[in-house]
Amino acid sequence: MTVLAKSKALDAALPYAGHTTGGRAAVAAALNLLDDRRPRARTEARALLDALAAEVPADKGHVVGVTGPPGVGKSTLTGAIIRHWRSEGRSVGILAVDPSSPIGGGALLGDRLRMLAAAEDDGVFIRSLADRRAVGGLSDEVWPMCQVLIAAFDVVIVETVGVGQRDVDVTHLADTTCLVAQPFAGDMVQFLKAGILEVPQVIAVNKTDLGQDWEGTVAEISAVSATDHGGWTTKVVPTSARNGIGIGGLAAALDAHHTWLSSDGRLAARRRDASADWVLRMLAAEFGRYGISTLGGEAALRARLADSPGSALAQIEALTIQLTGTQT
Amino acid sequence: MTETAAPKRDKPWLIRTYSGHSSAAASNALYRSNLAKGQTGLSVAFDLPTQTGYDADHPLAKGEVGKVGVPVCSIADMETLFADIPLDKMNTSMTINATAPWLLALYVAVAQKQGVDVSKLQGTVQNDIVKEYLSRGTYIFPPSPSLRLTNDLIAYTLTEIPKWNPTNICSYHLQEAGATPVQEIAFALSTAIAVLDSATEGGPVPKSALPLMVGRLSFFVNAGIRFIEECCKMRAFGEMWTRICRDRYGVTDEKLTRFRYGVQVNSLGLTESQAENNVQRIVLEMLGVALSKNARARAIQLPAWNEALGLPRPWDQQWSLRIQQVMALETDLLEYGDIFDGSHVIQAKVDALIAGAEAEMARIADHGGIVRAVENGYVKRALVKSHAERMAAIERGDIKIVGVNCFTETAPSPLTQGVDGGFMKVDPKAETEQIARLNAFRQTRDDAAVAEAREKLRAAAAEGGSIMEASLTCAHAGVTTGEWAETLRAVFGEYRAPTGVDQILASPTSDLLVRLREQIRSTGDALGRPLRVLIGKPGLDGHSNGAEQIAVRARDVGYEVIYEGIRLTPRAIAQTALEEGVHLIGLSVLSGSHLELVAQVRQELAALGIDNVPIVVGGIIPDDDAALIQSQGIAAVYTPKDADLNRIMAGMLDVVRTANGLEPYAVAA
Repeated sequence: MTVLAKSKALDAALPYAGHTTGGRAAVAAALNLLDDRRPRARTEARALLDALAAEVPADKGHVVGVTGPPGVGKSTLTGAIIRHWRSEGRSVGILAVDPSSPIGGGALLGDRLRMLAAAEDDGVFIRSLADRRAVGGLSDEVWPMCQVLIAAFDVVIVETVGVGQRDVDVTHLADTTCLVAQPFAGDMVQFLKAGILEVPQVIAVNKTDLGQDWEGTVAEISAVSATDHGGWTTKVVPTSARNGIGIGGLAAALDAHHTWLSSDGRLAARRRDASADWVLRMLAAEFGRYGISTLGGEAALRARLADSPGSALAQIEALTIQLTGTQT
Repeated sequence: MTETAAPKRDKPWLIRTYSGHSSAAASNALYRSNLAKGQTGLSVAFDLPTQTGYDADHPLAKGEVGKVGVPVCSIADMETLFADIPLDKMNTSMTINATAPWLLALYVAVAQKQGVDVSKLQGTVQNDIVKEYLSRGTYIFPPSPSLRLTNDLIAYTLTEIPKWNPTNICSYHLQEAGATPVQEIAFALSTAIAVLDSATEGGPVPKSALPLMVGRLSFFVNAGIRFIEECCKMRAFGEMWTRICRDRYGVTDEKLTRFRYGVQVNSLGLTESQAENNVQRIVLEMLGVALSKNARARAIQLPAWNEALGLPRPWDQQWSLRIQQVMALETDLLEYGDIFDGSHVIQAKVDALIAGAEAEMARIADHGGIVRAVENGYVKRALVKSHAERMAAIERGDIKIVGVNCFTETAPSPLTQGVDGGFMKVDPKAETEQIARLNAFRQTRDDAAVAEAREKLRAAAAEGGSIMEASLTCAHAGVTTGEWAETLRAVFGEYRAPTGVDQILASPTSDLLVRLREQIRSTGDALGRPLRVLIGKPGLDGHSNGAEQIAVRARDVGYEVIYEGIRLTPRAIAQTALEEGVHLIGLSVLSGSHLELVAQVRQELAALGIDNVPIVVGGIIPDDDAALIQSQGIAAVYTPKDADLNRIMAGMLDVVRTANGLEPYAVAA
């Protein structure tokens, strides 16, 4: 059984890392390439993203963002969902993001440990990433890497450390954002009420095994989070990753949102928005707000990007030429 | 002068040596020769497959059979192990945890076959799972079913083997993992509370038997080189335990609330450099648990001077045995009452330790008890932090280790000049011979009886019956260690414990550290992306303290570090290296299985087409083996001699540079 989708675009990335076997090796090589900042690699990365954009249908797969404050059991819960989807025969690619150290820039990436009991399943692929001190919680490489995983896997999970309301990058990137909370104590309510509840389409109230009043928490969150995302109402699901309870319900909620997105072209539109977000982010990083306003402002740019063909990197290159008058 | 009568002497503690290797027959011979030399009890070391519930022919057991202890796959091995040792006259300690009910069942079954009255058996099973999650690493199941197994064994011995010590709550391994004396006391006593609470509240021990259970709980501690503080630690332990028994459990009978403990003096603190100095370290460490009569150990086992070099030989173990005998029999130690009673200095230190430990125990209670605090990573993080602080103090020279960070000059040692290099090598045929014995044993069994016994065990596990009784049936039916554990794995599932490395710890600033950060950054720039390293522990060895300290420091100098904890298969390590796109793999092996495991990892990397990723290896690796694996392509080998973590980091950086065609900085030279 081949668990990975075939991708000519990915196989083309193989020689980059000197790999000789396809499949998972191709995915690994492509991710390494997208991480590589050397000029020659940038050219190859662009070719890869162009090829992926041409090859992969605009609404393929399902990108699930998992976020939430430290200690609520995101990785353990993610592991449980992975096993659930694997038991249904779906392949899963994961980008797990951890913070970089403010000093020295190093990072300890330990999420794999919490996600898997056995690491020898060919239908699961985990790449850990450091946030490299990016403000919104995701480093610049995550969106392009996500495109690689979409091509190869049925489901893509992006797990981030949600450290506060500024940590919203993942909601721009994911088709479905799942916030993980736990039966709360004290100021957690305020934190959630302060705005983050407007973002997720699914909320897991995890650690129902703690013995605290999780039913109350579910009711309270449901009351404040009944946000209308253009016709989708946020689903709140109680889970205990520790005891494997509620995992099927959570997966069903995530799948239900995917089904909802899949009608009326919503998913393709969502992916275009995510792509535009990344383009704007890269331009802002390079040229600042001045650059964005020179190009007509964010709203106009988004409209323009939605209509312009080519991969995100091609769009960035075209806009860069427009701004600087030179080819980079 | 008139001749005085010989003074009355106290009875000495139980004198043991932790031992076992290669095979049941070889270990039996060693035990009988140790007993003939005056050892008064046995302390069985099992190999890692036995401790983690795998038969000798399981893929994960490859390279580990008979290495750190004796392999016991079935009742046949257990019979051989105790052949000609009458079990009713022996006091046997077994260092066994996740598979404790199984090994005790085998021991009881052998006693039954010897025709011994089982209720007369005396001894100890360690049976303390909490410290396995924190340090020693031979856990199998998640905490809650593991505690159930612990309690099931306790309930069985309380009625069937009343003189048995059914759990030996260990702070030994916590100290090796970095625990301060305060943490040792707090974590061990919190564990005792968790065991008592879970056994009697909804567990298998009736409330009426609680005083009895309190009386059978014993402890196993570490004794380090700061022997005055260690002595105070033991007095503090005793005072606090008595208080807990009285205030929390209402048990006041002095015979039941006594803090009974055994000791292995510190082994991981023994040095590889100038290893002969370990002899005086061992003697001084023993003083800490022997000097104070009211806080004296009930059983002592001493490591051998050469444990940082490799496995001790019979002569090395004899030396350690003689140290105990000299202390017990030649000195006047056992002629006095407690020589510290009334000392203000000692009492002040004891009080300070108690205050600190009580505060820490309150924090653990706030987490919901020790099991929750283990699951949520609190305890492990605290240990990793303490250990990192200790390593930093050694690097700064604030903690002196003679021969390691000061006075390193030495004349050649005659002790390591012999043909064997000063330690024992396990017969490489031990594994294949054990597998052959196992296969032969399987042929002799009644398969239907085996299946029936396993079904009884499964049902007991799933439906809440007695695990011990079902295990006894399994033992007599000829079920193997791997089959016993496999049956329970299917019911309870498996567990991976938190690593504790997910926290920011400040490394001691130094010029080398600052320079390293810059060099690691610019090497990452030259190679296009930040440098990524995988720190992996292949095999069954759970001693992760070294790997954790390497992981933490690697992060601090700027590497992106992938660390997945213990017990990874070579295939999983290779897959992770591929998925994570790492520049370097660091393997840590302390079980003596480095040759086999390193070869397996290289094979798996080649199968995935990434054998171009360089590998460095750390652990207790004898010089000859280091030279051998380096000639096979391992880029560098680090041993306990390499105490400066930054130099290891610099060495790893040069390995990455060389492998990628860049000039090495050669700062480590």
